[in-house]
Amino acid sequence: MDIAFLSSTMATLIKAVPMTLALFALSVASGCVLALIVVWMRVSGNRTLAAFARAYIFVFRGSPLLIQMFLVFYGLAQFSVIRNGPLWPFLREPFVCAVLSLALCTAGYSAEIFRGGIRSVPPREIEAARSIGMSGFLLVRRIIAPVAFRYALPAYSTEVVLMMKSTSLASLVTVWEVTGVAQRLISHTYRTMEVFLCAAVIYLVLNFIVLQAMAVLEYSLSRHLRAAPPATKP
Amino acid sequence: MSTLELLGFGSTGWGALLLAGAGITLAVTAAALAIGAVLGALVATAKLSGNRALKALGSAYTTVFRGIPELLIIYLIYFGGSSAVTMIGQSLGYEGFLGLPSFIAGALAVGIISGSYQAEVFRGAYLAVARGELEAASAIGMNRALRFRRIVMPQVLRYALPGIGNVWQLSLKDSALISVTGLAELMRTSQVAAGSTRQYFLFFVVGGMLYLVLTSLSDQVFDRAERRANRSMPSAMGT
Repeated sequence: MDIAFLSSTMATLIKAVPMTLALFALSVASGCVLALIVVWMRVSGNRTLAAFARAYIFVFRGSPLLIQMFLVFYGLAQFSVIRNGPLWPFLREPFVCAVLSLALCTAGYSAEIFRGGIRSVPPREIEAARSIGMSGFLLVRRIIAPVAFRYALPAYSTEVVLMMKSTSLASLVTVWEVTGVAQRLISHTYRTMEVFLCAAVIYLVLNFIVLQAMAVLEYSLSRHLRAAPPATKP
Repeated sequence: MSTLELLGFGSTGWGALLLAGAGITLAVTAAALAIGAVLGALVATAKLSGNRALKALGSAYTTVFRGIPELLIIYLIYFGGSSAVTMIGQSLGYEGFLGLPSFIAGALAVGIISGSYQAEVFRGAYLAVARGELEAASAIGMNRALRFRRIVMPQVLRYALPGIGNVWQLSLKDSALISVTGLAELMRTSQVAAGSTRQYFLFFVVGGMLYLVLTSLSDQVFDRAERRANRSMPSAMGT
């Protein structure tokens, strides 16, 4: 194996890591907010809102991310209303389109994960909170959200890792992140295996870091589930 | 040209091509699922075996192929496979570039990915088989092969079915990425139709809707299969 080529490939690919991370951070953050809105509609009890949320989840989970991304990137530009609209300076940027479609897609998956978390909040806890007079936002903030988030966390960390992998699709709408740069290197050099190895190492390291961070978060949120430390004698 | 004409089955319509694309999507996903089942069973066996080296190899497979982007794996198989085929061709005296057919490359790539998920599904299913039943089978003198065929296999398949359904849906959506190799499946056909008619929005919406049809139909198929597989089981609470 050619160490010089590997290290120069690695150096080129690492320059693209900030782009991958930017796509990842922005889409996970905005996808999470969107998911909260969708799940709020889904469990609101209002029929119209719940039906809309159901349809949203069905569409974004049932079709491939690539077609959603192409729809946003190529499809929106077709309408002169959008081309002349106030949002066009943003929407014509491939980066914005990529983040938008990644966020819309992950919101569908995350909403279902959060709903699972909400369903696992023990009804008795909610009843108890109601009986002492909590309602509305206070009930959500103090009782439902912390418990639901803790239950949803393991599945949500899987979704976050999937998002890291999904950022690679942005290369198909001309955003030069790690996979896009790797593909360009492969077609210039025809040394598939070496370039693949370098890119694979980068993604594995990124995902390892993300999983570790999620594990730390999970650990710190489950203090009440751990065995109490042995009482110290006075 | 009207929308109806564009989507119709006439000489200027893309209807027939889109349906053919959907057919190829199904075919390549089915091929991938089959490849993935074989790989997944092998990897699950390796991970469950007592052998340390095999265990490590199995874990490495599932970590690597679940941890790196699908697109990268498709590039690896497509470009790497093509250069391997070219090299074999040169050793046989054929000059010039030989490509790996995109259907085979795509099925192989998605199959390798689905294999890494199916391995975990099979492993979980095997671990769900009650230990006592295996002991009982040994106690009445079944050998390994017979025990595997009569006790392990039927139950693993039943426990694995919901997981396989999930993997199928994943692979169906991953198969859209094979479009980068030029295979005329649903994604690629929608792209070509959108590009040549300049009706991007229309064709990506129609393509997306066809994917929704495929995913919801296969959902029903798996639901039915699950009910059939569990027909002799007492139904769990709340189902």
